[in-house]
Amino acid sequence: MVKTEADIWTLLASVPDPEVPVLSILDLGVVRAVSLSPTGDQSAVTITITPTYSGCPAMDMISMNIRIALLEAGIKDISIVSQLSPAWTTDWMSEEGKRKLKAYGIAPPLSNAIVDELFAEDHKIQCPQCNSMNTELISQFGSTSCKALYRCLDCKEPFDYFKCHR
Amino acid sequence: MTNSTTDTRAALSNYVLHLADTNLILAQRLCEWCGHGPILEQDIALSNIGLDLLGQTRSLYQYAATLIGEGKTEDALAFLRNERQFKNLLLSEQPNGDFGYTVLRQFLYEAYQLLLLRALQQSSDSQLAAIAEKSLKEATYHYKWSAEWVIRLGDGTEESHQRMQQALNEIWTYTGEMFLPSADEKALSFAGLIPDLTALREEWFKKVSAVLEEATLDIPALTVWMQQGGKTGVHSEHLGYILAEMQYLQRQYPGQQW
Repeated sequence: MVKTEADIWTLLASVPDPEVPVLSILDLGVVRAVSLSPTGDQSAVTITITPTYSGCPAMDMISMNIRIALLEAGIKDISIVSQLSPAWTTDWMSEEGKRKLKAYGIAPPLSNAIVDELFAEDHKIQCPQCNSMNTELISQFGSTSCKALYRCLDCKEPFDYFKCHR
Repeated sequence: MTNSTTDTRAALSNYVLHLADTNLILAQRLCEWCGHGPILEQDIALSNIGLDLLGQTRSLYQYAATLIGEGKTEDALAFLRNERQFKNLLLSEQPNGDFGYTVLRQFLYEAYQLLLLRALQQSSDSQLAAIAEKSLKEATYHYKWSAEWVIRLGDGTEESHQRMQQALNEIWTYTGEMFLPSADEKALSFAGLIPDLTALREEWFKKVSAVLEEATLDIPALTVWMQQGGKTGVHSEHLGYILAEMQYLQRQYPGQQW
């Protein structure tokens, strides 16, 4: 039985990110606030989320998955509010999330800002397969908005890097 | 509401539509590359940038819809307006040309977007500031990607250099419009909601000149004759064809969903 805001946070921890299902939406840092206001014997719940990238098609699905998780827990009065500012950053990704990403085969975001200088040497990204630092950028744009494509020069495998966004 | 706040609200909704329309049309152009890029990674880059622009467009249309009221939706704004009602920059509707032309068009636009969004973060309108803050992070990637390609191709082979120079001479005439304020932009700038575009022009010229020089391209003057009309709905012949393709489904089957 859901009674407190802490219960809601626990529920949300079980909602996966649709594109990187190994992460929960809490690991990703897209849930910014939860509020619970008692209205008679039913509680009204408001969840504030923020998009990762403006065009990320997963956001609609995330809203729907939150709604389903809350409905299954018996909550009927649900509002999901999307908030743009402060803008999402990979700094909000949990350490646990970064560990899960790496185990899944995606290099987790470094906490360095992207280098504005043109043709600047990229930050060295560790290969999630063999842990080598001998890697190179193939493309700043990858299979989803949040990822860049790298290759490992030692194990020769290409891999995704969840790029730093701040 | 007093008359002056009503006027500001109307100017703001027109301005937000102008920003949204430019991003939407450019996104549509970029996504025409899907499956046709010179190499897979750059094909994906073009679609990724298009997707970011489309996401920004959605935030802007949603905001415009609340400013306009009357039950308007983001879909109605994108799919049910005619050519003359679109306020996008002429630059965004120009055909893709070759990869170099597309990259250069993107570079000239992103340099402008970067400066504009930075300034709009300070807007006294909090929703416009929030959209700018969000979009700026994405524009930073787009700018870097396009600037690097402009340098690679401009300072590349004889053929790529010559194509880039030709593209620059042609596209340049579409850049003046960015800094030519419409009546709405003048009113909003006066009210402190948006920056003074004339002042942005100098900064933009400095920024793009540094990259174009590195690309060994001859930089046209700011004073050459410039095309205009997009902001007031007077477009080049290309927009109608884009809208025909983009809006076909909603026009033929109103309200259709999948």
